[in-house]
Amino acid sequence: MMDWIREFLGMLWKTVSDQPDPKAAFLPLIPEEWRSETSVLLSIAPLMMIFPALFALTTVVERKGLGRIQNRLGPNRVGPAGFLQFAADGLKTLTKEDIVPRAADQLVHFLAPLALVVPVFLTFSVLPFGRHLVPLDLESGLLFFFAIGAATELSVFMAGWASRNKYSLLGALRAVAQMVSYEIPLILSALTVVMATGTLSLPQIVDAQAAGNGEWLARWHVFTPWGFFGFALFLVAACAEANRAPFDLPEGESEIIAGYYLEYSGFKFALFFLGEYLGLFAACGLGITLFLGGWHAPLPILERWIPSYAWFFAKLAALIGLFIWVRGTLPRVRMDQLMNLAWKFMLPLALVNLLAVALWHFLPNPLARWAASSILLAGAYVGLGRALMPPSRIGKRVYRYAPQDSR
Amino acid sequence: MLGTGIIKGMVETARNFVGSYTDKERLTTVEYPEERIPAKENARQFPFLVFDGEDPQAGLRCVACQICEKECPPQCILIVKDTTKKPDYMGKMQFQPKVFDIDISVCMSCQICVEVCPFEAIKMDTEFELSRGDRFGGLLVNKTGLAKSNAHYRRIHPAEAAEVDSRLAAEKAKAEAKAKAAAAAAAPAPATADVSKK
Repeated sequence: MMDWIREFLGMLWKTVSDQPDPKAAFLPLIPEEWRSETSVLLSIAPLMMIFPALFALTTVVERKGLGRIQNRLGPNRVGPAGFLQFAADGLKTLTKEDIVPRAADQLVHFLAPLALVVPVFLTFSVLPFGRHLVPLDLESGLLFFFAIGAATELSVFMAGWASRNKYSLLGALRAVAQMVSYEIPLILSALTVVMATGTLSLPQIVDAQAAGNGEWLARWHVFTPWGFFGFALFLVAACAEANRAPFDLPEGESEIIAGYYLEYSGFKFALFFLGEYLGLFAACGLGITLFLGGWHAPLPILERWIPSYAWFFAKLAALIGLFIWVRGTLPRVRMDQLMNLAWKFMLPLALVNLLAVALWHFLPNPLARWAASSILLAGAYVGLGRALMPPSRIGKRVYRYAPQDSR
Repeated sequence: MLGTGIIKGMVETARNFVGSYTDKERLTTVEYPEERIPAKENARQFPFLVFDGEDPQAGLRCVACQICEKECPPQCILIVKDTTKKPDYMGKMQFQPKVFDIDISVCMSCQICVEVCPFEAIKMDTEFELSRGDRFGGLLVNKTGLAKSNAHYRRIHPAEAAEVDSRLAAEKAKAEAKAKAAAAAAAPAPATADVSKK
C-alpha cells in the first residue's frame, strides 16, 4: 500500500515537474488486466477536472471583465471578490427543474447536450498540453480534431429540431449555416501550418516551432507573415465556430430569444454552456498548438525554469482574455454581414494565404520570402477590404413630396 | 472593412477597463444595502397624513373632506367621516376622519391626492423599503400607520415644507387678526353679532 501511494505521488511529481513518461513507475503496481484501463483513466481524469474548472473560473472572470469594460463592478458578493460566483450558479442550475416540452422529441432532446459535450472533450485528447503531456499522440491528430469538432453541429441541430419550437429551429439553422461557413476558413488557415511543417501530428507541429540550435527566439508560426495572417483568420473563425460574440447570432436573444437551447433548463442548459466554452478552449488550444508554438516559451532560455504546461496555459489564458475583450467591444453582426465575411472576405484570404505559404516554402532567400509573402498578403487584405467596403450612401437628404427648398 | 474601427473600439474598451480600476469617478454603481445615496427631495413613494403637535390622531390636518378619495385615479383611498369635530390649526371646528385607509397594492404613487388637498393634510413619503416577510400583511395602511409628523415632512421635503408652513402661519395670523377685529367690533353689541351669524 505504501509503495502504491509513493509511486502515485511520484507520478504526480513527474507530471508537475515536466519529466517524461510519468506513469512508468506507477502502472506496474496495478494488476495486469487493469493496467490499460488505469492508464486511460489517468490520462482522462486531469482533462475532466482542469477544463471544467477553467470554465468555472472563466465565467466569473468574464463577468467581472465585462463589468469593468462597462464601468460596472461585476459580481463581487459570493466568496472573496466574487470568485465563488460559479459555485452559486452551478448549484442553481443543478437544483432547477428540468423542463422538457410535451411536444419535444424526448430522446433527441435528452441526447443533444451530451452530443455536444462528449465530442468537445474528445477534441482535447489530441492536444499537446506540455512537453510530455499528450493524452493521445495520433499520427493525424489535426484531422481527428476537425472531424470530431464538426460533430458539434449535429448536436446543435438535434437540440433545435427536437425542441419543436420555431425559435429553436431558427437558431439551429442559423448555427449550422454559421458553423459550416466558418469551418472552411478555419480548416484552410490550419492547412497553412500543415503545408509548412508537412505533418498532421500535433506534437510534431509543436516540435517544428522550437528554436533551432543557438537561436534566441522560438520559431513560432505567428512570427511569419503567413502565420500571423493565418492566426488572425483562425481566431475569427474559431470565434464564430464557438458561437461567441460578435458571432452569437444563433442565440440572438433580441430576436430568437435563446436560439437552439431555448427549451433547455436546469443542468442541460448548463451542459450547453459548458460545451460552448470547452469548444472555445479547444479551439484556442489548437490555435496555440498551430501558431503560438504550443508549449514552447517565446525565448528558449525561459523553458529551463518554467514548466512547459505553464506556457500552454498562460497562452490559453491570454487568448481567453482576448475573446472576453472582443466580446465586450464588438456588437453582434447581422446575418448577411456574417455570411459576407465568411465567403467573400475570409475564404479568399485563406486561399491567398495558402499561396503565401507556398511562396515562403519555395523561395530560398529569407529576405525575398518575407517580402514576397508580406506584400501578397497585405495587398490581398487591403484590396479585398476596399473592394468589399459598402459604398457610402450618406448624402444630402432628398424629399419626395415636399418642395426642394422647403426648409 | 480594414478593421481600423475594431482597433479603435478595442482601445476604447481597454481604456474603460483600466480606468474603472484607477478612476473611482467612472464607477457609478452604489452597492445598495451597505451604501446608499441620500433620497432626492422630489422623490415620492406613498402618501402619508401630516399631523401637527404631539398626538398623531388629535393633530391630523385631515378634515375628511373626501376630495382625495374621489379624485384618486385607482380608487385606493377609503375615508369614513367621524361624527365628532375637533379644532384645526386655526382653532376652527372641523370634521375628522374615523377611518382613513390606503391600499398600498393599488396606489400608483401619482401624487394627485396631494395636489387636490386644500388642507395640506396629505403628502408623499420617500420611504421605499416597504417589503415584508408575509404576503398580504401591511398592504392596507390605516390612519395610525399613515400619520406622520410635520417634522418628518420638513426633513424629507425641506423646501416644500417651509413654503407650506409659512403659508399656514400667514393664514393663521390673518385669521387671528380678523377674529380680533371682529371681537373688537362685536364687543359693544353682542346681540347683533349673533343675528348676523345666523
